[in-house]
Amino acid sequence: MPLIYILGLVIVIGLVAYTVGRQRAASQIAPGVKQHSRVHYHGWWAFILSTAPAILFLIVWSIGSSVYVERQIETMLPAESEAGFASRSLELSLVHSLANGLRRLDAAQLENLPSSFAELQPMLAAKGVALAPDTKDYMIPIAVEANATADTVNLIGAIVTLAISIAGAAFGVSQVAARGRARNKVESVVLWALLGSSMIAIVTTIGIVLSMLFETFHFFSRVPAWSFFFGTVWDPRFAGAGAGGAEGQFGLIPLLAGTLYIALVALLVAVPVGLMSAVYMSEYASKRVRGIVKPALELLAGIPTIVYGIFALVTLGPFLRDLSAALAGGSPFIQGQSIFTAGFVMGIMLIPVVSSLSDDIITAVPRAMRDGSLGLGATRSETIKKVILPAALPGIVGAILLTASRAIGETMIVVLAAGVAANLTLNPFEAMTTITVKIVNQLTGDLEFNTPQTLVAFALGITLFAITLVMNIAALYIVRKYREQYE
Amino acid sequence: MTDTTVGSIPVAKARVRRDIGLRRRYGAERRFRLYGMLAISFGLIFLAIMLFSIVSKGYTAFWQTAVTLPITFDEKIVDPQGKRADDPNVLVTANYPLLAQRALMTKLGVDPNDKPAVAKLKGFLSEGLRVQLREVVVSDPSVIGTTRDVTVLASANVDSAFKGQIDLTVPEKNRKVSDQQVAWMNQLASDGSMEQQFNTGLFSFGASSRPETSGVGVAIIGSFYMMVIVLLLALPIGVAASIYLEEFAKKSRLTDIIEVNINNLAAVPSIVFGLLGLAVFINFLNLPRSAALVGGLVLTLMTLPTIIIATRAALAAVPPSIRSAALGLGASKTQMVFHHVLPLAAPGILTGTIIGLARALGETAPLLLIGMVAFVADYPSTPLSPATALPVQIYMWANEAERAFVERMSGAIMILLAFLMVMNITAIILRRRFERRW
Repeated sequence: MPLIYILGLVIVIGLVAYTVGRQRAASQIAPGVKQHSRVHYHGWWAFILSTAPAILFLIVWSIGSSVYVERQIETMLPAESEAGFASRSLELSLVHSLANGLRRLDAAQLENLPSSFAELQPMLAAKGVALAPDTKDYMIPIAVEANATADTVNLIGAIVTLAISIAGAAFGVSQVAARGRARNKVESVVLWALLGSSMIAIVTTIGIVLSMLFETFHFFSRVPAWSFFFGTVWDPRFAGAGAGGAEGQFGLIPLLAGTLYIALVALLVAVPVGLMSAVYMSEYASKRVRGIVKPALELLAGIPTIVYGIFALVTLGPFLRDLSAALAGGSPFIQGQSIFTAGFVMGIMLIPVVSSLSDDIITAVPRAMRDGSLGLGATRSETIKKVILPAALPGIVGAILLTASRAIGETMIVVLAAGVAANLTLNPFEAMTTITVKIVNQLTGDLEFNTPQTLVAFALGITLFAITLVMNIAALYIVRKYREQYE
Repeated sequence: MTDTTVGSIPVAKARVRRDIGLRRRYGAERRFRLYGMLAISFGLIFLAIMLFSIVSKGYTAFWQTAVTLPITFDEKIVDPQGKRADDPNVLVTANYPLLAQRALMTKLGVDPNDKPAVAKLKGFLSEGLRVQLREVVVSDPSVIGTTRDVTVLASANVDSAFKGQIDLTVPEKNRKVSDQQVAWMNQLASDGSMEQQFNTGLFSFGASSRPETSGVGVAIIGSFYMMVIVLLLALPIGVAASIYLEEFAKKSRLTDIIEVNINNLAAVPSIVFGLLGLAVFINFLNLPRSAALVGGLVLTLMTLPTIIIATRAALAAVPPSIRSAALGLGASKTQMVFHHVLPLAAPGILTGTIIGLARALGETAPLLLIGMVAFVADYPSTPLSPATALPVQIYMWANEAERAFVERMSGAIMILLAFLMVMNITAIILRRRFERRW
């Protein structure tokens, strides 16, 4: 029985348990008997007892049974040297597709199953199942066996699950009593559920780090770590799937340089503009101006980065190229895809980030400092330049670091506007590529998963994660350490 | 102080003030204000330029050139051997483009023996008409032998020319439409057979190699599935986590670690989540590639920190007096949180969720890595079938060179921005309406 039906049955049993439990509790209401919990809590406790253990068991059993069936198939397959397949996983996937296809045949066809794949293929094709032509004949009995095992295992699992569910329901209903502390039990289950949800955040972080570390170590077993971190040439030299291709050179330095250069250009655009906008809006702007400009900047922040990327690719890039061609009188010195284009557009994207972070920080400086400075005869701009900004400086530095970490992690703008050529140059009008572009390039393509070419994406990913993590922690630390407590 | 007399009354002469550089300082003040205004205008000007460039390139995508032709469903072409009663597949494989070609030749007055002219005719109408005419015949075979008016789409080049996007002064061999095709276009336009109609296909078609039959329908459904998955998963888990951290957690090392983690996750680049999705969901759990489910799971992980942070702020804004009052009347802590605090924090949570969803809708990078860069022509029937997403479809069209694809890409961007604007405005309206000042 498919998983969904069993799940549905368990939930139905749970609902029945809820109703019965509730009824039973309601029937016990009598004058002189003080109910500890309201009636629906008794119902919910019966529901929880009937569904939670059963569902847990179902999950564990499904995982265990699929591992068991996998193991069984593997023992039945011939030794690796005989099989002649590129990898075991390829063989396994062929057996799985065959087993799935065999399920579509009716009972009569299954009785007289041909023993060669050549005869079987048209039968399956008639049912709409397309199989790879290199499925071998020995796989047919293995697939039949696998299906039989899977069916038995599923049946056992279904029966046990339903048994657990019914037992739980019966137990829950029997526990209904006037002084029964059903509410406390239900609430402690709720508390555990809340705790579990907050652990998901930790699990996600651990998952990110572990999954990438695992693949990165895989990568470093093929390509030495020092040549990755200190190499200055990026030339992956894609090999065809299955061929023992030539190992390319995987040097991080050109990518890192591109990332940092573009982030620098972006910050050069975003920080002055963002900071001045924040200062103007918090100090000088009238309510009406603020009411128009603030939503407009939030609009700028809400535009997806791919739109910025396309703007750079389709409008700004050609414009700058033609402009530079006109200025230089002939060949353009700004390429269609260049550091300047990508950094400029990224800077525009980051303006609202800097602006909103600085705005919060500047308005947090107490009025007393402002008023004191004005009272001593400073003009408004002098107050800002000499009193407020220095007071807000730790926060602003933190904001700049956070913005820089966003600029480093940005993908879509650079994919579309910076180039894919990994070269080291100081000329901002040439194309350089970044870490994020290369992650996308290495993984969007027809490559086997375990080649260095694809695994390097994980190494790049964990480098990126580490850099942004360090910057975020540094931002937090600086703000916390140097923030002055005025009140 | 020197005393001078005006008349007979002594008046003190005004002191000569020390030069404290007031003029210079006021000048600096004015310049500073100017810099502030310039900074704001810089941002707003680029916002305007960006929106203008997108709208100017994209608004034409919402109109499509179509030709209405009287097509004779000649039985000799559709079913020459009269076998349609026995074998319905005959109707599926009939030569429908020939029917349209004949109809066009009659309409334009082209001689069938004029081979060069007939060749030019071939690229005039969209090749998607094969499917369109097939649908007409298969759904109603009684149409065979009659003549009906059918509206078919023009090919992408003719469409671009009709919209005036092709420079007709360039010599003929350098452009995509020939002079003869332009003449035919004008002829059909003048008698009303060729006109622009609203491009519903942009919203209903899936991916296609021809621009005129491609649309964002599949992408919209894929994005919709992913948004539903994000809503169903991220909202309960995020709210549950925030409630625990805000209401129940004791100050311990574990809760500190959880808090730091959540703040870090909110700042992790989105592409890292794509790598996580690839390593865990696709390789380890063997979920199907290009499925909306995997995209939804990845986006859930990305949106979770945003929702948690917004919910915590909303919960913290509920005054302690409400909590104390509920506890004082005998509610348990769980009852207090779920029956009193949570409903009051609900507007803030809702706003945070909508903003998180809007961010997730516009994300492209993680989806690229889990295989949603796929040519999907049919609607995904379940979240496990291959699908694509709206920003990813835009990305794929950005890599095409044809002018008609550029137009459609800009049109798709306009659709995406429209969705985002609706979501953000809903969030703002809800916030204004339900905001309570304690």
